[in-house]
Amino acid sequence: MALHLRSSPSLKSTFLNILRQNLGFGSRSHVTRHIRQNLPHDPPLRGSQNPIRRFCNTMAEPETLSSFGQHEDARNHQVMDFPGGKVAFTPEIRFISESDSERVPCYRVLDDNGQLITNSQFVQVSEEVAVKIYSDMVTLQIMDNIFYEAQRQGRLSFYATAIGEEAINIASAAALTPQDVIFPQYREPGVLLWRGFTLQEFANQCFGNKSDYGKGRQMPVHYGSNKLNYFTVSATIATQLPNAVGAAYSLKMDRKDACAVTYFGDGGTSEGDFHAALNFAAVMEAPVIFICRNNGWAISTPTSDQFRSDGVVVKGRAYGIRSIRVDGNDALAMYSAVHTARGMAISEQRPILIEALTYRVGHHSTSDDSTRYRSADEIEWWNKARNPLSRFRTWIESNGWWSDEAESDLRSRIKKEMLEALRVAEKTEKPNLKNMFSDVYDVPPSNLMEQELLVRQTIDSHPQDYPTDVPL
Amino acid sequence: MSSIIHGAGAATTTLSTFNSIDSKILVAPSRTNLSVRSQRYIVAGSDASKKKNFVSGLRVRHSQKLIPNAVATKEADTSASTGHELLLFEALQEGLEEEMDRDPHVCVMGEDVGHYGGSYKVTKGLADKFGDLRVLDTPICENAFTGMGIGAAMTGLRPVIEGMNMGFLLLAFNQISNNCGMLHYTSGGQFTIPVVIRGPGGVGRQLGAEHSQRLESYFQSIPGIQMVACSTPYNAKGLMKAAIRSENPVILFEHVLLYNLKEKIPDEDYICNLEEAEMVRPGEHITILTYSRMRYHVMQAAKTLVNKGYDPEVIDIRSLKPFDLHTIGNSVKKTHRVLIVEECMRTGGIGASLTAAINENFHDYLDSPVMCLSSQDVPTPYAGTLEEWTVVQPAQIVTAVEQLCQ
Repeated sequence: MALHLRSSPSLKSTFLNILRQNLGFGSRSHVTRHIRQNLPHDPPLRGSQNPIRRFCNTMAEPETLSSFGQHEDARNHQVMDFPGGKVAFTPEIRFISESDSERVPCYRVLDDNGQLITNSQFVQVSEEVAVKIYSDMVTLQIMDNIFYEAQRQGRLSFYATAIGEEAINIASAAALTPQDVIFPQYREPGVLLWRGFTLQEFANQCFGNKSDYGKGRQMPVHYGSNKLNYFTVSATIATQLPNAVGAAYSLKMDRKDACAVTYFGDGGTSEGDFHAALNFAAVMEAPVIFICRNNGWAISTPTSDQFRSDGVVVKGRAYGIRSIRVDGNDALAMYSAVHTARGMAISEQRPILIEALTYRVGHHSTSDDSTRYRSADEIEWWNKARNPLSRFRTWIESNGWWSDEAESDLRSRIKKEMLEALRVAEKTEKPNLKNMFSDVYDVPPSNLMEQELLVRQTIDSHPQDYPTDVPL
Repeated sequence: MSSIIHGAGAATTTLSTFNSIDSKILVAPSRTNLSVRSQRYIVAGSDASKKKNFVSGLRVRHSQKLIPNAVATKEADTSASTGHELLLFEALQEGLEEEMDRDPHVCVMGEDVGHYGGSYKVTKGLADKFGDLRVLDTPICENAFTGMGIGAAMTGLRPVIEGMNMGFLLLAFNQISNNCGMLHYTSGGQFTIPVVIRGPGGVGRQLGAEHSQRLESYFQSIPGIQMVACSTPYNAKGLMKAAIRSENPVILFEHVLLYNLKEKIPDEDYICNLEEAEMVRPGEHITILTYSRMRYHVMQAAKTLVNKGYDPEVIDIRSLKPFDLHTIGNSVKKTHRVLIVEECMRTGGIGASLTAAINENFHDYLDSPVMCLSSQDVPTPYAGTLEEWTVVQPAQIVTAVEQLCQ
């Protein structure tokens, strides 16, 4: 007979209850008062062997008895041993509601005006880190705008911006270490930026020139850098989630002081891979952080058409994963949440789910015009009133770490760098034709060598049909 | 005239060198040292007078050793050590265990592979020896654990992913095609994916339509992967080891009905070349290309054919992607007739691709059209008798050879 002391107010009343029950003095399982809200621990098996008690379930009990006693007696005392723990029975037909009356609250530290909220818990950042976070957010914003314009001018074939999600990108990256492996979706170039990917390297990939690490094989924004532990973007939605669990499994096996971090959008949570990956991560006890950028839109599908749960954070509980909802446009909150999550993931060897609420200010990509399915006012409001950059800027300025002058200096410098990077990338030669056939396998097999020969022969006989800027 | 020149060159090699010899790895002599072959007339054309030549050749052949068994047995190898006998699934397990001993990065993941030992006992005992992190039991989601294996491979491990049945890997198609096959390429070579995806497939004994699939048909188009099919304990172990050591993603096809084949294999370390076909029985009249379980149906038919006076050359192609067109080509140039016997369905199977490849590359050497015996384009029925009729039987192979050799 184990004493369940968790919610017991006093030992005396507990003892009295034990006495009462063992002496068979009536069950306390009043029909309407038996609901135990989410008690995860096993209640003690007191009195369950007493045959008389099973049929005594209509006695009313006074309200003054201890809550501990109420929990225990308010049930039919039979419990079932079932894999996973003991399951209490209930004679009431009551369904778990599809939603809580209140939504899961969102963690934020800076208010809409960038003022620190009183009594907020957050991880302190140094001036150096805070300034780098802000500068990188500005850099990302400028980079996105210039690349987007370049695509509109026909200089780039394609681009996808991360406008509005700069805080998620940069602040989360800032809270990680370079050994943490990143599995991005495609709207997280800021993580690469934080780790040291240069504007020139971004531009090289977008232009697919011979300096691109991907050797010109992928479309723009499909960055990848093994040096910076940022895994090459694969266009398929949510496939990176199981990959991240695998990487976390690998880190767990090697007992590394590092975790895997993967990003995805609200739309990605509908994919089977999301559910499977979360389940796997929980079962494997893998150190992986799942960061969902809930930005309200999956191309033209709003979240109301994507899922009917209270966002993404509640899904973590379904898989046994610790979760938190964060204001994705609050850089300080993002930083704190990811920092804390990382500590938990590695020291406790468990996955963590972070839902960052934000807004996709830009279009889905350059192939999309989002004003066709949402109002320009909505976009404008999020861009102005909820802008992550202005909020964080207010905070760092209030600490005396930033100024208007620093702002204009930074912006003009980055703009110049970006335009130069564009110019250089545009002029740089494309990769050699042989790269079309290399890296399919470790060594080109005979059939691919034949096929390359055939292509080259075709080019020889029809040179006018072949682009002039691809070196043979 | 095809403008594609077969890259491997036109050197003809004598049959005795058709061993699975990789010059770098010690390999025990293979089973190709079979009966001595006499001089023969190679006959072109198909009219009756020429048929006589077959018969005359036959008289010479009768003095040769007839194939006593369907499975070509290994001759007593003077150079081999004692060797040990085991079943095919044990050979796979031995290969896997040796590789896991040799390289701590090798790990296994799949459903019921850990303490249960695997549905076909290929991973039996491994969890006890290596721990349940290295031999990982996963929840039921093929796409997820294949994706997991890919992610782990990109971070330095060498996972062996087991599909309980190859058919289940249809659920993993997204990860296999988009990530496994492509990420080495799209990342510019920055990330390698040295995974092995293995499992039993093929038509079993009344397993039903969903559990009797031939996934090699569906996977063969995916760029970036290699596919091999094992058929004997010897090549099962060799291919398993080679696949694990390969830097490319390799899909190893096993067959549900071959797991209990017994054979004596060498004690010493050996691997089988992933891109090489195996010469099962050298011959002169016709080239029969096959793989996996159909190899045994072909060898069964070969017994009958030899008694009827034919001399088929049987090649187990083993490497399904890419095809070993060197071995196959040399054989076609010698016999001028090709019969492909496969378990895949008629449409879009390995046989269909192989037919196209042979026609394209060796058209001038063919005396008759390439014939391909495959299963019908139907889901495999459960009824035993019907199921038997969906799979190519030795009698059909004999008829096909007789037809081609007319």
